[in-house]
Formats: sequence, C-alpha cells, structure tokens
Amino acid sequence: MTFGTLSTTDLVKDGDREPWRLTTRQIELGLSILSPIVLLAAWEFAARAGWIDLRFFPAPSQVFVEAAAMIRSGQLIEDVLISLQRIVIGFTIGAVPGVVIGLAMGLFGKVRAIIQPLVDATFPIPKIAILPLFILILGLGEESKYAIIATAVIYLVLLNTAAGVRNIDRIYLDVGRNYRAGKWMMFTDVALPGALPMIFAGLKLGMGVALLVIVSAEFVGARSGIGYLIWTSWQTFQVEQMYVGLMVSAVLGFATTALIDALERVLVPWKRH
Amino acid sequence: MPEPKIKVRGLSKHFAVKSRRFTAIDNIDLDIRGGEFFCIVGPSGCGKTTLLRILAGLEQQDSGRFDIAAGEGADRGRSAAPQNSMVFQEQSIFPWMTVRDNVAFGLKARGIGKTERYAVADRFIDKVGLSGFASALPHQLSGGMKQRVSIARAFANDPEILLMDEPFAALDEQTKLILQVELLRIWEETRKSVLYVTHSIDEAIVLADRIMIMSARPGRIKEIIDVSAVFPRPRRVESVKSSAQYGELFGRVWSQLRDEVATAAASANEAGAQREGGGKS
Repeated sequence: MTFGTLSTTDLVKDGDREPWRLTTRQIELGLSILSPIVLLAAWEFAARAGWIDLRFFPAPSQVFVEAAAMIRSGQLIEDVLISLQRIVIGFTIGAVPGVVIGLAMGLFGKVRAIIQPLVDATFPIPKIAILPLFILILGLGEESKYAIIATAVIYLVLLNTAAGVRNIDRIYLDVGRNYRAGKWMMFTDVALPGALPMIFAGLKLGMGVALLVIVSAEFVGARSGIGYLIWTSWQTFQVEQMYVGLMVSAVLGFATTALIDALERVLVPWKRH
Repeated sequence: MPEPKIKVRGLSKHFAVKSRRFTAIDNIDLDIRGGEFFCIVGPSGCGKTTLLRILAGLEQQDSGRFDIAAGEGADRGRSAAPQNSMVFQEQSIFPWMTVRDNVAFGLKARGIGKTERYAVADRFIDKVGLSGFASALPHQLSGGMKQRVSIARAFANDPEILLMDEPFAALDEQTKLILQVELLRIWEETRKSVLYVTHSIDEAIVLADRIMIMSARPGRIKEIIDVSAVFPRPRRVESVKSSAQYGELFGRVWSQLRDEVATAAASANEAGAQREGGGKS
C-alpha cells in the first residue's frame, strides 16, 4: 500500500483489523511479565497478612528496602564488582585455553589421544572439591578463586569445542579438499567457523558453572563477594540481606548470559536465534 | 579424433560393509571430449557418485587410472587452473561466508589476492543471476539460490572439468527447469567439459551431449547414447521437451534403465539393512 493509491478498500481492510484484539504473541509476552509480578504480590500479601514466617520469608518490599540501603552504603556494589571481577578473569583464564586445546583435539587425532583420557578421568570430580587444594597451593587470595573458576570453565569449553570441530558436516570438509584449501585455510575458513556454534554453547555452559563455583567458593574462602554476603547474612541471621544476595546473583547470571548471547549474534550471524 | 579431455581406464572401487564386499564400480573405461556435456544416469546405488568422487580426488580407486588433460599453456603452480571443481548434491556452500566469499573460495585456496578474486567472484555472481546478493549470507537465500552460488563457485574456479553430482535433485520442478536453462547458458559461454550425474532421464536429455547408462551394482557402463546428434547446440530447453524426438529418446533411455532399476531394487531388498552405509548412489 502506497500513499498515492490509498483507496476505500484499504480503509475497509484497516477497519477489519480490530486494533483492540491482541495477537497470541502479545498475550504470551504479557503473561510472562505478569507471572513474576503476581507471585511477588501474593508473597507480599501473605507476608503482611502474617500467613508465612517472616524470619524465613521476609516481604519483598523489605528485601527491596534492604537492597536500597546496601546500595547506598556501597557494600553491595563492592561485593558484586569483586565477584564479577573474579568471574571475568577466571572465565577468561579457563575459556581461552579451552577453545585452543579443544580445537587441537578436534583437528588432530594424536592430541585427542593424549588429552581425552586425562579429561575423562578428572571431569567427574566436582570442581568445588578441588578448592581446598587450590587454597593450599595459592592461598586465600584472589588467585585461588581464579583457579577454581578457570578449572570449572575449561572442561565445558574444551569438550564442546572438540565436539564442534568433529561434528562439522562432512560436506564442508569435502568442499575444502575438492577446492584444495591448504591446512591453514581449512582451519581458519572451515573448522573454526564451523565449530563456533558449539564453542558458544560451551561458553554459555561455562559461564553458568562459573557463577555456581564462585558463589560456593566465596562461602568458605573469601572476605568479599556475593557468596560471602549470603554466607555472612546466614551467620548473623539477616535474612533480608540473604535475599538481596540471591537476587543479585540471579541478575548477574542473567547479565553474563545476555552478554555472551550478544557476542554470539555478532560472531555467528548465520545461526538463527 | 583429438585427445580426450578425461581418459578413464579400468577404474574399479570396492566397499566393505560389515565384512561383505561390494563392488561400487567395475572396470570403467571412458573418454570424454573437451567441451562435452556428459551425463551419467543409473539406478540408486550403482556407483555414479563414487565415480565422480574418485575423479574429484575425494576417494581413492582400488584399481585403474584416470587422466585429466591440462589446458594449453597451463603451468602446474598453486595458482594454476585446478583439474576439477565439484558441485555437490546437498547444501554445500559455507553458511558462515557471504555469497562473495563462497564463490571466491577456490580462488582463495589458490592464493589469488583479494581484489582479483572478488572481481572474478562478482562476475560469476552476476552470471548466475545473483547480482545484489554478493554480501548476503546463505541463510537469507532460497534453495535454488544456494545452488546458484554453488555453481558460481565451481565456474569461478576455472577448472579443467566440472563435476556435478545431482545439483538440482533437491529443488522443486520449476526452479529446476529455470536452473537447467541457466546452467546451459553459462556452459555455452565457457564450454567446459562437464560430468553430470543425475537420476532424471529428462534432465539428462535436456543437458547432455551424450548419456551414459550405468548398470545396477556392480556399476558398469551399459550403454552410451548420443544426444547431440538429435538435438544440436545451442539448445532451447522448451523446444527439446516439446519435440517428437524427445519422447523417442526418453523411451530409449528408459528401456535400458528399467531392468537395472528393477535389479537394484531386488538386491536392495535382499541386502536389507546391510546396505546401510554401502556408499551412496
């Protein structure tokens, strides 16, 4: 429909559309926004009515008031930033070698033969169980936090990257061979981009685990961070603070995942999201 | 008679599937002239694709040899014209590269600089009717457009011969017809030797100078039918299909093929599940 040829039939069609009627997608979006609000409202109501034990389930409004106070005092920001720094540094230390070793394992059978049994043997160890060893070796400082996150991340990134290379559609390797691409071009133009979607799947899993591991590590071996915040609020029985800690870790998890998603859209534009 | 462009002598290839040995192709002798459009038809599993993949260097024959003659003045350096370029049956263009980078892939592999290879790529993108899509990613294209990219990639590489493995098999009838016409037009301009594998008798008659009919496994040459004597070049697909000779030629090819298809179906039933992985057509 162009402006020059607007006719009565177009107007009738517009009239038929019933603008007050929502599309299925709009309804679903509305429901998704509504459900957490309803839950919070119910919780708030139950707390004020005295139906639930406020020692364990403080009213959401109380938690928000507490969060605002903690932001004003600067304590919350400090804890979030220190946890974020640990995650970013630890994640990078784990993810970069994870991608490199994973690519090498996917491309070269000999590298895979050497690394695979080591991975298989150590992967089942719950990563947090190695924390005492890292504290023993690296002390209670930041290094032991980086090390435990990096350890947790590297497995997931490495395994996914190797699988990504090995699962590249055979046809693409055939094309590379038929068009006589050299080894380096096979790597840069075929293997690496072909494995990128799986690499990103590994990075996302790694990020989830990084958050899990850092909060647990901060429970015991730290004097700062979100995990420390949650742990000390248990010890001092400040339940509102504990909820603030939980809320913040949810936001942090959401934000880091969104960041990787954004990066994926830029680097893997051919993959529909 | 001039030297053939492709000389195949005694080419054989076997497959082992669960300790049973299958002969995919058996003692193939073949001469293909320079500039010839040569179609191979045969029942499923007769080794057509295997023959093509051997010539493409993607598989190794068990015995026999083949020779692809180099063009005049060809040196054998890395950037020289390659022996062959293949157009694959399935979706084979790289989803992570733009149309331009896909078409220029072979040239890049030959070490040709960016400016030059993009200039060549753009020329062939125009030729296959995709002007304006050079910077598009494959997922933005339809199936037919993807196969155009695949064809442009092969032609842009300027190979001695082109190998095409049922490039239009996955397309709908109308798209197929349009692409056949376009393929003939581009081929008329370049006059490369083409080895074209197809299931479709119709497609073979429309495109080919000669049609080779392969027998059911083991794949042998059953007959070679000369089409160029009936339909000279340049050809119009519509007039070929509506002519009386078309029906007669179709009957000739089918009468040769019919028994082989029946044999192939019977042996497929007999082999049952064992056939799995026994090499594609």
